[in-house]
Amino acid sequence: MNIFKISSKNLVRNKLTTMLNIILVAFGVGILSVLFLASTQINNKLEKNAKDIDLVVGAKGSPLQLILSSVYHIDYPTGNIPAKDAYQLMHNPMVKRAVPLALGDNYNGYRIVGTDSTFSNLYGLSIQKGSFWHKDLEVTLGSHVALTSGLKIGDSFFGAHGLTGSGDVHKQHAYQVKGILKPQGNVTDNLILTNIGSVYKMHEEKHPENHNPATTEETKEINDKQITALLIQYKSPMSVIFFPRMVNQSTNMQAASPAMESARLFSLIGVGIDTLKWFAIFIMSVATMSIFISLYNAMKERKYDLAIMRCLGASKFKLFFLVMFEGVLVTFIGTFLGLFIGHATLELIGIYQETSQAKLTGLTAFPQEIYLIWIGLFIGALASLIPAMQIYRVDIAATLTKDR
Amino acid sequence: MIKLSSLAHVYDQGRRLKFPCWEIGDMEQWLLLGASGSGKSTLLYIISGLLKPSQGEVLINGTDLYSLSALERDKFRGRHIGIIFQRPHLIRSLDVLDNLELAAVMAGLPIDHERNRSLLADLGIDGLVKKYPDQLSQGQLQRVSVARALVNKPDLLIADEPTSSLDDENAFQVIKMLTTQAKDNGAALIIATHDARVRDHLTKTYLLR
Repeated sequence: MNIFKISSKNLVRNKLTTMLNIILVAFGVGILSVLFLASTQINNKLEKNAKDIDLVVGAKGSPLQLILSSVYHIDYPTGNIPAKDAYQLMHNPMVKRAVPLALGDNYNGYRIVGTDSTFSNLYGLSIQKGSFWHKDLEVTLGSHVALTSGLKIGDSFFGAHGLTGSGDVHKQHAYQVKGILKPQGNVTDNLILTNIGSVYKMHEEKHPENHNPATTEETKEINDKQITALLIQYKSPMSVIFFPRMVNQSTNMQAASPAMESARLFSLIGVGIDTLKWFAIFIMSVATMSIFISLYNAMKERKYDLAIMRCLGASKFKLFFLVMFEGVLVTFIGTFLGLFIGHATLELIGIYQETSQAKLTGLTAFPQEIYLIWIGLFIGALASLIPAMQIYRVDIAATLTKDR
Repeated sequence: MIKLSSLAHVYDQGRRLKFPCWEIGDMEQWLLLGASGSGKSTLLYIISGLLKPSQGEVLINGTDLYSLSALERDKFRGRHIGIIFQRPHLIRSLDVLDNLELAAVMAGLPIDHERNRSLLADLGIDGLVKKYPDQLSQGQLQRVSVARALVNKPDLLIADEPTSSLDDENAFQVIKMLTTQAKDNGAALIIATHDARVRDHLTKTYLLR
């Protein structure tokens, strides 16, 4: 028998009110923790994947789409650029490193990326088993691809045209697995790497039944030797000013900066995040009000109990603490339930997410989540402060003489 | 043991009550008589340290009750005075045993499980330990509240109109229970009442007019 027991017994006695209050707090905290976890994880992923890429050059179109397709491997490419022009840019004196990308095919939704050895230098890739690709039609798998597809070294598979789905399979050539990468913790875990020649090879010979205009046009593009994009690292930061302008004005290509575009993307998502954040804050304040009202109303009935406890020798402070404790206990339970809901929801979202490139998980915790616990305790204390203060105003003699 | 001298209390409405001097010895049993509105309850609250009188002092075992700080007075009350109210107020969210233990916890004393058990047995309610106040009859509630008043081995047991809502048979039993329990537990007893049925059972009386 102690204060804790008295409080919890009283909360159990008013089951429905207590549950309502706990659920309100849990919802508020849950939404906040989902927002918090998701935006931190997305931010981390965006930053990690674009870490060493200063600029992306690709076909004209939406710069955001260009970044999404060639850095994060989410969206479709804007088009192709002539390999000749791209190679010219690669040898520009301002460029420290340029990585060509040829996209267009997938295997079970994992993108097949045609590139060269500069790609593995850019991302700092290392081999876990086997070796990097050397010849045409040899591939190296990202660790996650190897894990989920079950492909092993020496296995071969057919790529499918397009970036998702396996409708149009390139049956004439099979890729052969040469190696598997160590887990990198970035987008490369979900890619299949090969050389650019393989991608050309896939598309140069066409079966007679493929006759629609889109494919013939595409065949022509490939015969002219085109690539999808170029990832560029500058020699000096000064190039930030000149290089993009040079590309945009003097060539038929566009340059987009991952940093700028992901900032733009975030400001777009930001509106939604802000709305949800205010919604969560609204729910939290409703929870505060609800706890306040239920404690305040209960005080009318509890005055008796509290007056008796005073008669039994309890000090005013002890009873003040008792009422405060009840409010804080509700928000404390609510906060932990909310954190649990938040993590579980995010994990669930992660499981049902289609794109494996930006998978979210609820199984991580951030030290900042402690703030949510503090906020929970704070609103509990805030809501119970005024009801608890009434302890100091209760006239024991008058309360006990009145009939219940 | 208890000494009241030149006590007076002025109500908010301006009515003034004067209380005659009163000395109570160890384990003495007193009746506090007076018509309704004569200030019986007020005097009881003053003796229990719940209501500060406008004038005069209350000495219990040589301690001047109203020279103590509010905190010390609460503690003093919890340890030395047991109060039984006209209606048996129990905490409704706690069962009988928890209500008993509450008395010790609120007074800041350790819980004496052995004593709680024997008190409940003496009052014939040891079978109700796990029941909640809603499940008890008026008479059972009364017994529990007597047990609760005795938990901390008080020097003084105060009962405010304990028989007013009871029939003759039950009133008689309650008075008997109070006098025996006070004696057995070594406490002095004050019963405030305007109930004529109680008068025959106690000899010492203090009359308020």
